[in-house]
Amino acid sequence: MAEFNFKLIKNPLSKENPITIQVLGICSALAVTAKLQPAFVMALSVTVVVAFSNVIISFLRNTIPPRIRIIVQLVIVSLLVILVDQVLKAFVYDVSKQLSVFVGLIITNCIVMGRLEAFAMSNKPFDSFLDGIGNGLGYAVILITLGVVRELFGSGTLWGYQIIPESFYNFGYQNNSLMIMPPMALILVGIIIWVQRARNKELCEKE
Amino acid sequence: MKWLRDVLDNLKPNFEKGGKFPWLHSTFDAFETFAFVPKTTTSCGAHFRDALDMKRTMTMVILALMPALLFGTYNIGYQHFHSINPSLAFFDGFWDNLWYGIVKVLPIIVVSYVVGLSIEFGFAQWRKHEVNEGFLVTGMLIPLVMPPDVPLWQVALATAFAVVIGKEVFGGTGMNFLNPALLARAFLFFAFPSSMSGDNVWIAQKADAFSGATPLAEMMIGAELPSASFWDMFLGIMPGSIGETSSVAILLGAAFLIITGIGSWRIMLSVFIGGALMGLTFNLFGSNPYTQIPFYYHYVLGGFMFGAVFMATDPVTAAQTNKGKWIYGLLIGVMAVLIRVVNPAYPEGMMLAILLLNVFAPLIDYYVVDANIRKRMKRWKIKGGKNV
Repeated sequence: MAEFNFKLIKNPLSKENPITIQVLGICSALAVTAKLQPAFVMALSVTVVVAFSNVIISFLRNTIPPRIRIIVQLVIVSLLVILVDQVLKAFVYDVSKQLSVFVGLIITNCIVMGRLEAFAMSNKPFDSFLDGIGNGLGYAVILITLGVVRELFGSGTLWGYQIIPESFYNFGYQNNSLMIMPPMALILVGIIIWVQRARNKELCEKE
Repeated sequence: MKWLRDVLDNLKPNFEKGGKFPWLHSTFDAFETFAFVPKTTTSCGAHFRDALDMKRTMTMVILALMPALLFGTYNIGYQHFHSINPSLAFFDGFWDNLWYGIVKVLPIIVVSYVVGLSIEFGFAQWRKHEVNEGFLVTGMLIPLVMPPDVPLWQVALATAFAVVIGKEVFGGTGMNFLNPALLARAFLFFAFPSSMSGDNVWIAQKADAFSGATPLAEMMIGAELPSASFWDMFLGIMPGSIGETSSVAILLGAAFLIITGIGSWRIMLSVFIGGALMGLTFNLFGSNPYTQIPFYYHYVLGGFMFGAVFMATDPVTAAQTNKGKWIYGLLIGVMAVLIRVVNPAYPEGMMLAILLLNVFAPLIDYYVVDANIRKRMKRWKIKGGKNV
């Protein structure tokens, strides 16, 4: 058993976060986070796909001819995505319907291809697995944050349960419809990036 | 004013380095320069200075907004009582109307200033720079583009959004690329559509039986012509956002801005030309009643006039070059009428048109400057490419 390199999981959660630092996978972060539940399922699916495609590619990394490596990666990723899609359809059909095309689009999610190219092609399987889990979790942290904020202020619910009490609405409180529109998700991602860089000056680009 | 100077001088050491509250320096500085013109002068370099600094500019714009604000305030009251008693003439119950309007409008202005200025002061302290005066105008523009019945907490939220996301994120006054006041309105329009659109929000506490549709909304649902006459709309006797209804009051402000050289006449004129061009084009090819109205109706409907005079001319977000200003203004006019007539989801095209062109203004400037450089290069080559 290879040694457990904890950094591979910890770094993507903060200072190498796939969304806020590497700026990968933005499209799906905007598209599926209007509600918490689909955001959570999406994050889970991506984590599974990244982790296992990382492992498989890492095993094959010395046998894949470099010129066709992207095709090979795509075949493996799409295999995993189809598996995930079928599992979702079988067990959580409602969520699968909400996510609609975005599960299929995990294939094009830049995080998956990015990690395969940047990490799995040149590292051992167990490290690659940890890297996949780490990046998946980093993606999940942002998606779940967005999902919580957007669902709470956009619909007044969390995971489908009413959180903001009826009495607030009687006092004139209204749900913020901008929250359920994708542009607000982009602004929220921007705010997260802002806060993160304000707290950790190392992340700021040199001028 | 000697006593005020003395008070400030006595307090000043407290806010300097080593004083009791050095972290409040920006706040103190803001109040001091608000009361007195700083007497420090540039120590080196060129000394050409105009008396027209940013504070003066902002004060002028506020003055230019006064006619629209006063008329709007009165009109809020009149529209309210008019909806209860439709036979009420415009000057009947003058003081009642005015008082009602003040009670409605003043809280919105106070909320807008308190929220916006606290955020500005907070950021200035945090970043240790001076408090800029930019918000003085924004804080007045925000209430003027709100419907009279808008809930105050929504005004507060929209103001906070506009100041933080529209301005402070990019570095504060002068660095924003979107007009903050319009951003506040756009935020409310998309976030809380029920308080920003429909027939029930444009007259404060309207009587139920009375239709509160603005002329703009009537055109939207396919009226031949708005129920108000052109002159009523020109004078501003119609429901609408607080400051946008009266073209007369806005034109007074426009004249003031142009005479003092603060607002760009190029932008104002080209917005009107752009609106006319698009209006006439629709007259030629249009098929529904909205496309057939005379182009000058577009000027008095909704916020066209207000946007052209006070929003499009914002010196920070507009194009900077003279040629760029013409292009920028023309496109605003064209887009505003286009969005109004063609897109049924957005009755007020002016707001979206200006925000869109705000985004494009730097690009327009870039190509104007670029074209000028190329023109000069060409001229230089024709002359033989020598230094002449």
